[in-house]
Amino acid sequence: MNTFSSKLLEDAVNQFAKLPGVGKKTAIRYVLHILKEDNVQVMDFGNTIMRLREEIKFCKNCHNISDNEICEICSTNSRDKSLVCVVEDIRDVIAIENTNQYNGIYHVLGGVISPMDGVGPSDLNISTLIDKVRNREIKEIVLALKTTIEGDTTCFYIFKKLKEYELNVSTIARGIAIGDELEYTDEITLGKSIINRVPYSGVHA
Amino acid sequence: MYLQKLLLTNFKNFHEVEIEFSEKINCFVGNNGMGKTNLLDAIYYLSFCKSYFNLMDSQNIKHNESFFVIQGTYVKDDNSENVYCGLKQNQKKQFKLNKKEYSRLADHVGYFPLVIVSPDDSEIIIGGSEIRRKFVDSIISQYDKVYLDNLINYNKLVFQRNSLLKRFAESRTYNKENLEIWDEQIVPLGNEIHKKRSEFVDNFKPVFEKYYKFISLNNEKVGLEYNSQLSGNDFKKLLSDNVEKDRMLQYTSTGIHKDDLVFMFDGFPAKKFGSQGQQKSFIIALKLAQFDLLAEIKKFKPVILFDDVFDKLDHLRVEQIIKLVSDNNFGQIFITDTEMQRINNVFEKVKSEHKIFNVDNGAIIMSNV
Repeated sequence: MNTFSSKLLEDAVNQFAKLPGVGKKTAIRYVLHILKEDNVQVMDFGNTIMRLREEIKFCKNCHNISDNEICEICSTNSRDKSLVCVVEDIRDVIAIENTNQYNGIYHVLGGVISPMDGVGPSDLNISTLIDKVRNREIKEIVLALKTTIEGDTTCFYIFKKLKEYELNVSTIARGIAIGDELEYTDEITLGKSIINRVPYSGVHA
Repeated sequence: MYLQKLLLTNFKNFHEVEIEFSEKINCFVGNNGMGKTNLLDAIYYLSFCKSYFNLMDSQNIKHNESFFVIQGTYVKDDNSENVYCGLKQNQKKQFKLNKKEYSRLADHVGYFPLVIVSPDDSEIIIGGSEIRRKFVDSIISQYDKVYLDNLINYNKLVFQRNSLLKRFAESRTYNKENLEIWDEQIVPLGNEIHKKRSEFVDNFKPVFEKYYKFISLNNEKVGLEYNSQLSGNDFKKLLSDNVEKDRMLQYTSTGIHKDDLVFMFDGFPAKKFGSQGQQKSFIIALKLAQFDLLAEIKKFKPVILFDDVFDKLDHLRVEQIIKLVSDNNFGQIFITDTEMQRINNVFEKVKSEHKIFNVDNGAIIMSNV
């Protein structure tokens, strides 16, 4: 695979191969595809990537990816600023926004604590969250992180940090997926669902 | 529950055989390399969907053939049940119960429970402590799903804690708070696992000792002890007391991942002082105790496979073992041995329903009626 007829081609392939999930073969396919496109389109493609890197901003308030200093969600007046949902990255923001069930603001951590990946609490946007709690009127923090050891550890760390302040800390419910049969639910999830059962509050609660 | 009939096609050194078994004791006798253990392995396949000895399924196909088939007919609660296991070269293994194929092989494991005793098991005594922890964990996990989940999570947490200790060493930094988040999660899980293991050993020990006493004709005193740093110590304090040491070692030096089962003969460690025969008796008693627990959980008696266990045992112990397993507390037993004389002698003394099969290079002849 290292016998390219052109140095330019090889460089381009190597750049594409850096992307997650892209190997050398796929990279060649992409590069050859780009070579077939007409000039204007390729320029457009390149410029988009450059502008993305140069002009992208992170919201000063919630660290979400944004075009402005303050992101659209944080600058919407009708949003409840006293309710903050803590998530790992923008994908989680998109997922929760798509539910149309949440009207608070977000706080994007940028990852979860995982020493094996070299990520400690200081690498995450945790201190700004604490500042927010200290300075402003936050009534509730909703922890919406993944249910792995690393996600749970991050929740635990944040929870400990927030102990001294007076506010509600909640976590998204975990249990049986809607539409699932009980008999096909794994024992651990079902067991936890029984232990952490919730009061029944009427139809389609 | 028992295996009534076994049909093999191109499995290891067998071209085509069909055997009908006794409900009680079945002996395969023959010289080395004749296929005795292969028969046990075929039975093992029917319970665990894989070989006990060779994890490469395709290597269990008879040389120069393209497929193997193992079929067994079990009688369970007076019903006849058929198990089919087939493998074609370079294709996915097919596993069927009563002609219905399993989508997940794991669903079958445990349906026909089985305990095997083989010469490889001496590792339990002479090998490292992780083998003994695995022995204990695999039994507890069979009746306690939460235990397995706790154990997996515990291991992940310790792994992350170790990574953090390595990071500290590499960057020459230390942050007490960052380490404590891991400690505080490890402690409750460790304590829970410790409790479950202690309970298990408390239940297991008397059963094991009873069997050993019987096999050794009461001549030796054996002991089995659960050895854990957590016994009598506060886990949280252990972790904080050893922080300096852990930082130096760059791993977690205390916890239930350091547990061990200590086996003793007359007060001395079995690992160093037991004879081969004693160690063998020890393993048989361990496995029979495992059988007892399994039978209690499953509410019926697992099949037992004894691979070459009589070798290195004196005839008194062999008789005791046969006496023991011909008892009604046990179900169906399969035994391999090289000495026809030994087997015949035993059954002259111990009257029990049994069948003896002569295994001769892929052919099987029943030698008693």
